[in-house]
Amino acid sequence: MDLFEYQGKQYFARYDIPVSAGGVATTVDQAVEVADAAGYPVVVKAQVQVGGRGKAGGIKLANDADEVRLHAGNILGMDIKGHVVKVLWVENASDIAEEYYASFTLDRGAKKHLLMLSKEGGVEIETVAETNPDAILMRHIDPVDGFSEEDGRHAAMDADLPPEAIDGTASILAKLYQCFTLGDCDLAEINPLILKPTGEIHALDAKVSLDNNAAFRHPEWAEYRATEELDEREQLAREHDLQYIGLDGTVGIIANGAGLAMSTLDVVNQVGGSAANFLDIGGGANADVMTAALEVINFDDKVKSIFINIFGGITRGEEVAKGIVEALSRVELRAPIVIRLDGTNAAEGRQILLDAGIPESKLTSKPTMLEAARAAVAIATGN
Amino acid sequence: MAIFVNEKTKVIVQGLTGGQGKYHGLRNKAYGTQVVGGVTPGKAGQDVEGIPVFNTVAEAVAATGATASFIAVPPKAASAAILEAAAAGITFIVCITEGIPAQDEAKVYNTLIRDYPATRLLGPNCPGIISPGKCNIGITAGEIAELPSEKGPNVGIVSRSGTLTYQALYELKQQGIGVSTCVGIGGDPVPGTNFIDCLKEFQADPETHAIMMIGEIGGSAEEEAAEFIKANVTKPMSAYIAGVTAPAGKKMGHAGAIVSGGKGTAQGKMDALTAAGVKVGLNPTEASELMAEIVKGL
Repeated sequence: MDLFEYQGKQYFARYDIPVSAGGVATTVDQAVEVADAAGYPVVVKAQVQVGGRGKAGGIKLANDADEVRLHAGNILGMDIKGHVVKVLWVENASDIAEEYYASFTLDRGAKKHLLMLSKEGGVEIETVAETNPDAILMRHIDPVDGFSEEDGRHAAMDADLPPEAIDGTASILAKLYQCFTLGDCDLAEINPLILKPTGEIHALDAKVSLDNNAAFRHPEWAEYRATEELDEREQLAREHDLQYIGLDGTVGIIANGAGLAMSTLDVVNQVGGSAANFLDIGGGANADVMTAALEVINFDDKVKSIFINIFGGITRGEEVAKGIVEALSRVELRAPIVIRLDGTNAAEGRQILLDAGIPESKLTSKPTMLEAARAAVAIATGN
Repeated sequence: MAIFVNEKTKVIVQGLTGGQGKYHGLRNKAYGTQVVGGVTPGKAGQDVEGIPVFNTVAEAVAATGATASFIAVPPKAASAAILEAAAAGITFIVCITEGIPAQDEAKVYNTLIRDYPATRLLGPNCPGIISPGKCNIGITAGEIAELPSEKGPNVGIVSRSGTLTYQALYELKQQGIGVSTCVGIGGDPVPGTNFIDCLKEFQADPETHAIMMIGEIGGSAEEEAAEFIKANVTKPMSAYIAGVTAPAGKKMGHAGAIVSGGKGTAQGKMDALTAAGVKVGLNPTEASELMAEIVKGL
C-alpha cells in the first residue's frame, strides 16, 4: 500500500524523523488555517500518488494568506496525469542549502536490506543512477544485525556528505531504518533530505510503501486503507477480502493461485481477448468466496464473459462447483461463464455442475486452459 | 534418486491439529510419505488418526528421528515455527504459510544462513515438494504427478507458482513423461530456496534428464538463474514466465510478483532464459509441449 506524502510524513513523525510543521487541507479555508498555524511562507502541495506534481503546477510557494487562497483554489480539483487532487498538504517553507537522497528497501537478489544514500537529491534517483551512478552509495544491511546511528555516520561519510551534515544524517538514517523495519515498509524514501543553512537535517518529502502482509500488527494503518485510491470494483472486492486488480478488458477472470491468474490473463490476451481484471480466489476458496468473486465480476459492466480457471490443490473441485451452483442461485449473472476445472477432486466437481442442470447459455465447461480462453474470448468479442 | 526428499524422509507437521495441517498432513501420509509426528504446543499425547502429537519440535525429533518438517501455521506464528524447527535439528523445512511480513522473512532467512547453515527452507508461501512415488510434503495433489521411470527420461520441475506447478505436472502426465522431483519455491520476495539451488541439484541428479522452470514477474531470480544455466546446466530446459500482461506497480496476488521501475518484467526474464538456451513457451501448455519435444529427443 502506497501512502500519500502527508501520510508518509505523519508516519515518519511516529519514528521521530524531523519533518516540516504543516497540516492537511481539503478546502481553501482549511488551507489558510493550516498555513496560519505553520507560519509563512508556506508550500502548498497537491497530494496525488504520481510523479511530476511540481511540473504540473501542483506545488506552489505562498507568502501570505491571499496567495494560499489563490494556489489552494487552483490546485484542489486539478487533474494531474489522471489523478484528481482532493487533498492538500500545507507546510512551512524550508530554506535549503543542499538536497540529498536516502532510502531503505529490500534487495530481493541479495536478500538483505539496502540503504541508498546520495548527495544528489531532489531529482529522481533513477536519473542519478543513469547519469552519475558513482554518486549513489549502496550499502547492504543484514537484517539480523540492524543499522545503528554509528552505521549511519559511516554511510554519510562514505557518501561524501559535508562534515556539517554527517551527524544529522546519521541520526535520521537510524530513525528511517527503524521506520522501515518496525514500521513494516517495502520502501521508506526521503527525497529530498535537506541540509538547512542553519545546519539542521530534515525530511522535505516522504515516499512510503507499506507491506500489506504486516497489516495484522499495525492497527494504525486502518486510516491509510480508508484513503487508498481504488476504483469501485476494487472497493467491492476489498469488502469481500478478495485479491482483485481492475483492468480494462471484457473477459472477467477468476482463478485460484496468483500464478494461474496471471497466466490466465496472458492466455486470454494471446488468443485475442483482453482481461477485465485479475482475481485470485486463493488457496482455501469455498462456496462463499466464489459467490463473492462472481458478485464483484458481475458489478463490472464491461464484462462480456467470465472465465473461471481452477486447478485444484488446496481448493477442491467440488467446493468450486458448489460455489458456482450456489452463486448462480444468488446472483443473476449478466455474462455467461466458461469454466475449466482440473486437479484435486475435479471429476466430482464437474459432476456437480452437470447434475445442477445449468443451461449451456449460462455455463460451458472446457477441458483445457487454451480452449476455455478461446471460448470466453469468442463470447466477449461476439465471434 | 530425487532431490531434497525421498522415500526415507521422515516428516513432522507443525500445525498438524489445525485445519490445513491435518488435511494436507493426512493426504501426504496417504500418498506414502513417512509422516511420523505432529507438533502443537499443549497437545502432546494426543494423536491425529494415529500420528502422535508433541509439544515441541525438539520432542518430536527425539521421539521420531524426523529430519523434515511441514509447517502449516498462520503468518503470525510461522517465523517462530521455522526457527524452532531449525534449532531442533530439522534440515529440510517446507513452509506453505502465505502472508508472512517481508521483514520477518528477511530476518528468518538471514538467521538460518548464519546460525543453521545445514537447514534448507522451502517457501514460505509455496506448494511444497513432491518426489513422485516417494515423498510428498505440502499441498500438491499427488495423483497428478507421473511417476519417474527407471530408464528415464524424467523431468525435474522448479516453480514460483503453486497452481502453475500443478498445471505442469498434469500436462507432463498427459504426455506420459515421468517427474523426478517437483519443487515449488513459492511466490514471496525472500524465498528460502531459489531457482539456482534447485537447478544445481537437478543438474547433479542422475535421475533427472531435463528441467522445466516456471517463473513470474518481479525480482531478478529468473535472470540470475539464466546466468547460472549458461555456465552450469547442461541438461535441456523449457520454461514459462507468467505475467506478460501484468500492469506495472501492482502486486499480482503473490507478494513478490510486481514489476517496479521497469524491472522484473516477464519479457526481460524470457529474453534472459532464451539467451541461456532455454526453450521458452508463451503459456504453460506450450512450455509443457516444448518439454515433451525435448524428452522425445533424449
